[in-house]
Amino acid sequence: MSYVPETARKRPLLCPFNVITGIIILIGLYLAFKRFTGGLGAVSNLDDTNPWGFWIGFDLLTGVALAAGGYVTAAAVEIFGNKRYHAAIRPAILTGFLGYSLVVFALLFDVGRPWRLPYPFFVSQGVTSVMFEVGACVALYLTVLFLEFSPAALEWLGMKKLRRILVRLTMLLTVLGVVLSTLHQSSLGAMYLISPSKLHPLWYSPYLPVFFFISSIVAGLSMVLFEGWLSHRNFSDIMDESHRKGRDDLAFGFGKAASLVLAGYFAIKVFGIALGNNWALLFTGYGLWFLVEMIGFILLPCLLFAIGVRERKVKLIRITSIIAVLGIVLNRLNVSLIAFNWNLPADERYTPALGEIGITLFIVTVGLVVFRFIVTRMPIFYEHPEYDEAH
Amino acid sequence: MSKSRRDFLKWMVAAGTAAAVPRSASAHGHFTGYPDSYGILHDTTLCIGCRSCEAACNEVNGLPKPDKPFDDKSVLDKKRRTDATRYTVVNRYEPEGYFPSPVFRKSQCNHCLEPACASACFVGAFKKTPEGAVVYDASVCVGCRYCIIACPFNIPAYEYDEPLTPRVMKCTMCHPRLLEGKLPGCVEACPMEALTFGKRDDLIAIARERIRKYPDRYIDHIYGEQEMGGTSWLYITGAPFESIDMRTDLGITPAPEFTSGALAMVPMVIGIWPVLLGGIYAISKRKEIISRREKESAVENAVSETKADADTKAKAAAERFKKEKESAIDRAVKKALEDAAKENGKEGSE
Repeated sequence: MSYVPETARKRPLLCPFNVITGIIILIGLYLAFKRFTGGLGAVSNLDDTNPWGFWIGFDLLTGVALAAGGYVTAAAVEIFGNKRYHAAIRPAILTGFLGYSLVVFALLFDVGRPWRLPYPFFVSQGVTSVMFEVGACVALYLTVLFLEFSPAALEWLGMKKLRRILVRLTMLLTVLGVVLSTLHQSSLGAMYLISPSKLHPLWYSPYLPVFFFISSIVAGLSMVLFEGWLSHRNFSDIMDESHRKGRDDLAFGFGKAASLVLAGYFAIKVFGIALGNNWALLFTGYGLWFLVEMIGFILLPCLLFAIGVRERKVKLIRITSIIAVLGIVLNRLNVSLIAFNWNLPADERYTPALGEIGITLFIVTVGLVVFRFIVTRMPIFYEHPEYDEAH
Repeated sequence: MSKSRRDFLKWMVAAGTAAAVPRSASAHGHFTGYPDSYGILHDTTLCIGCRSCEAACNEVNGLPKPDKPFDDKSVLDKKRRTDATRYTVVNRYEPEGYFPSPVFRKSQCNHCLEPACASACFVGAFKKTPEGAVVYDASVCVGCRYCIIACPFNIPAYEYDEPLTPRVMKCTMCHPRLLEGKLPGCVEACPMEALTFGKRDDLIAIARERIRKYPDRYIDHIYGEQEMGGTSWLYITGAPFESIDMRTDLGITPAPEFTSGALAMVPMVIGIWPVLLGGIYAISKRKEIISRREKESAVENAVSETKADADTKAKAAAERFKKEKESAIDRAVKKALEDAAKENGKEGSE
């Protein structure tokens, strides 16, 4: 049954966190009302030439990448056999599940007729579309994440039998999760393959799907480190020993992995320039911006992770995880907004409206509130005493 | 050869080619359009920017009336694009060093032979009809606007002010009118014959003939014959294409080919990933088992070694003890004997 560690401190209803989130949620509800009474034009700067804006660039592309922690951690522990990071699975799966749920939630604002989102599967299948694949995989993966997360909820609810069945499915779900994540993480990049004439050649590459997939691993590893840090600051009172003690070990392990993957990512990005023979473009304004991403947000975190692991500096690894996460955000915004429609004059370009940013803030805030609700009630950061067989 | 046999062979050959042609066409070449499909040739050298086409388009498609009337030429002072209220626009260009200036160009959906929008749509709302028109079905549209991202010509527009039932808006090539045997609205309205409707193949021949006849008047290129794999709308002009906002860097690859490779990888990932992951799992599991076994046997060894060690030690101790005991007895016996001898001696001397 419901169990919370005795060390848990009381969380008052009227704390700064709740007041601020309350205000953001009220603003969000107002913006949602505007969106569903006045259309997309009422809250956004989207137009016919720039049909995708901040919601697609951040909420969808960045959101999905940053929610990769679920499949990355599950794969590292269950498949690659790094059992010592076991305590990291549940928080990662939970953030993955919430992340994907929020992506779908955000899409409800962006697409014209949200209730038709199941249409591609049940009414009219456009199988030539990369987006069809993205949609199918995200829908399936959301289901997988739900099932992967459900043991924690079932422990909270005290439903032992159902929980046991789901725990037995762990391996199958993990493999399914990795397959589906490989597909849709890469396909988000593949969506942009259709428009080589609009995306700047330094970002456009036939390798785009590979870039997106590999960088999603970086995103997953870094987000687990970053979120772990935040969680330790806010929820250490409900964490059990294995969570508290495993923290540094996790930082070194994931930091090392992130450094390696970043090195590979940097290499294939260079191959991308070579394939398109776009070297000369490096010396243009966009080229400089590209180098900022390459050096400041791929090469730099790669080196800093390596140094942090070698010198056993947990703090450096933590800071680096933020740089790496920002690098992913930057990359997704580059592909979807900054380097997209790069050849159009400034007055035909897009900058997000306050309304769009407001809705995004609203969505992220809802996610934080739900996360907080769950971790203060369900066994995420601690083991439930009645289920001592390791979860 | 008897007649029936010849007929049979003929039938065989016909069946064989029928079966082989579509396959080889899809494997090696691009789709070059439905046979006898229609198109429209826009000759910008004949266009005077009167906007009659815009007015007709507005009329036949029942689009909202614009603020400024269609004969108001001041509209041309600003570059415009198609939007939810206008499927076509005429823009005025003044290319540097080109005469006669200005040049007017009409833009609308080019009705690609292999449309990017149709390939991108995840509900298949767009269809290339055998008549040549690319049509849109709002009844399945989710409103994701990927078609607009995909279109290399920046044509489809969206009803951004519609809260719940926004549609994608674009030229239909007057498909309903074509089926009735009528001309597209814009073509019918053009007073200068800057627009020619006909079978696409014929239009290409006409365009080539015009270029051949008036080499000074035209650039030797039919825009849309090859661009993005070919479009049903074709353009000939005297001004450089770039100077009238027509991109010449689009290439001749049809849009669906940009994504077909990535889509083809999907089944490979589904097939190979579980094998690979299963393999990695098996390896890590086996390593775990081996290390556990090694640990166990090491422990066993250590235990047995210590045991053996202890045994020998115990044995030695026992031996020593035994020896000590024996010698103690010996000594005791000796002493007893000596004592006895002494006693005897004493007694004897007394």
